[in-house]
Amino acid sequence: MEKSIEQINTRIREGNARVVTADEMPALVAELGEQGALREVDVVTTGTFGAMCSSGAFFNFGHADPPIRMERVWLNDVEAYGGIAAVDAYLGATQQSESRGIQYGGAHVLEDFVSGRRVELHAVSRGTDCYPRRNVTTELILEDLNQAIMVNPRNAYQRYNAATNSTDRTLYTYMGTLLPGCGNVSFSGAGTLSPLSNDPQFRVTGGGVPIFLGGAQGMIVGEGTQHSPAKGFGTLMVTGDLKQMSPQFLRAATMHGYGVTLYIGVGVPIPVLDLDIVRATAVRDEDIEVSVIDYGVPSRDRPALRTVNYAELKSGQVELHGEPVKTSSLSSYRRAREVAVALKGWVEQGKMALALPTRPIDPLKAARPMRETGRSPRVQDIMDRNVVSIGDDEVIKAAAAKLLKGETNHLVVVDREGRLVGVVTTYDVSKAIVHPGKAKVVGDIMTRKVITATPDESVDIAAQKLERYNISALPVTDTANRVQGMLTAIDLGKLFGGRWRR
Amino acid sequence: MKLLVNFSRKRGSEPIIAKAVKETGVLIMVDRAQIDPAGGQMLIDVPRESCRLVSDKMGELGADVRILEHAVTLDMSECVDCGACISVCPREVFTFDAGWRLSMKEDRCVLCGRCVPACPHRALSVLV
Repeated sequence: MEKSIEQINTRIREGNARVVTADEMPALVAELGEQGALREVDVVTTGTFGAMCSSGAFFNFGHADPPIRMERVWLNDVEAYGGIAAVDAYLGATQQSESRGIQYGGAHVLEDFVSGRRVELHAVSRGTDCYPRRNVTTELILEDLNQAIMVNPRNAYQRYNAATNSTDRTLYTYMGTLLPGCGNVSFSGAGTLSPLSNDPQFRVTGGGVPIFLGGAQGMIVGEGTQHSPAKGFGTLMVTGDLKQMSPQFLRAATMHGYGVTLYIGVGVPIPVLDLDIVRATAVRDEDIEVSVIDYGVPSRDRPALRTVNYAELKSGQVELHGEPVKTSSLSSYRRAREVAVALKGWVEQGKMALALPTRPIDPLKAARPMRETGRSPRVQDIMDRNVVSIGDDEVIKAAAAKLLKGETNHLVVVDREGRLVGVVTTYDVSKAIVHPGKAKVVGDIMTRKVITATPDESVDIAAQKLERYNISALPVTDTANRVQGMLTAIDLGKLFGGRWRR
Repeated sequence: MKLLVNFSRKRGSEPIIAKAVKETGVLIMVDRAQIDPAGGQMLIDVPRESCRLVSDKMGELGADVRILEHAVTLDMSECVDCGACISVCPREVFTFDAGWRLSMKEDRCVLCGRCVPACPHRALSVLV
């Protein structure tokens, strides 16, 4: 048995379509069987509500008198992109305020508009014959705009890797606060309710399909940016009328130490046409797996500590290295359900007819990393290879002599095999000479807990270490902990004069 | 019940906690303390019914005592029930109810303040 979209739309129009939310589907299929569910259910509604940075809106402000061709545009001191026609602009959700930093940004402007609050528009121009005006400042509410069209390049991630942090300090990331020592796990996504997890083959999800967006009826434009369904990370580009949206489903947020983002509700109604769709919409939290990624490693390819499913993540606790670790979500499952329930209401009441994609989305695409033609500088490119070393059993005076002779402020202390055991600075030696106490040899005054860099580490990462730990030099060590060089603030200065300059 | 106790060594160096325990007979749990030679601040936990007794006694000993009714406050108009606060809290103040709504046991709060920046919606605030 199969059903056509026309049959389903007829039932929607007549007000007798059977609609269920995606979280109810697994139990229904278990109860009725796949054939039974296909017969019984016409539409499955999905929903998600979480941080979706890649969001924003196009505005048309209408023409002022005398008219202005806006070159740079600010809304409540948040810059919008003005490089389009005279009184059009695109405001990105993550753009931060010029004056308030990450406490207020594009997402907050969107929320203020949707909540009916006044927003100050300021724009400047150099003036032209047809647009003589050079600046304008006015207060607007959403109704005053001709158009406010939300267009989000990347929403509704199919699933998202969970995050943890193995370092010894708290990290503030776009995945929230990550406690040291893998002290917590943060995740995002609605699992069983997630729109794309209910149609991973993109059978009925594609361009032209009507959706729920921020409380309004919107539409899928097509695949989202970074769409990577071959790896299980499909995304959608979506659009909708901001004027119809509600603050219940559109909220600005600030990720501490990171930046501004927008929480938005997205829901896709799935017409139950055949058994494949029944099986896909019966997906459970247990079936959707993601990796737990260590955000303590500052590179693109961060290591995965283990695989978990959404049922485990939602349980509040997962095991990492044999220890229970608390989990928490960044996205709201409660609001995700409200999205699916609201969408269900629309379809049941005949307020939304379904449509098949007019432009299909490729279910096999995989996103690629950036092709970099220039190489970012590595520590080995700029480190000082002339390192002066000393043994920990040598007397302090010998250290002073070496510092002087080597014209350096740092000595690395090595054992007989040349492995790093400590660092001694001019300051340590001067202190020991001015206050001669019990300290006799280098081992008595050296710093044993040394922060190091590796030769192939990016200079940006090493520079971050110098800054974070407020130190002046980093010994560069190989995998056997033998010293290869030293990186100092002076070496970093080479970047500004040499071949890495842009 | 949580009490926030501020004291200064300038007004003598009474062993405030020890004296309060001895003279009231109430067992005091110290949740947090920050003490230096000049004085300090302590967050203590006492049974609700003994709260007034302990507070008065510590007042007599020269401390400035504040009874904390709402250690941590949740602004329901900002909260979206994401639960980002749940895993950063060391005392399990936050949980979800059966309907995935965030619920809060404020009496467990020790005012560590970790949840405040962890909330993406600025919905949480703690006293002091």
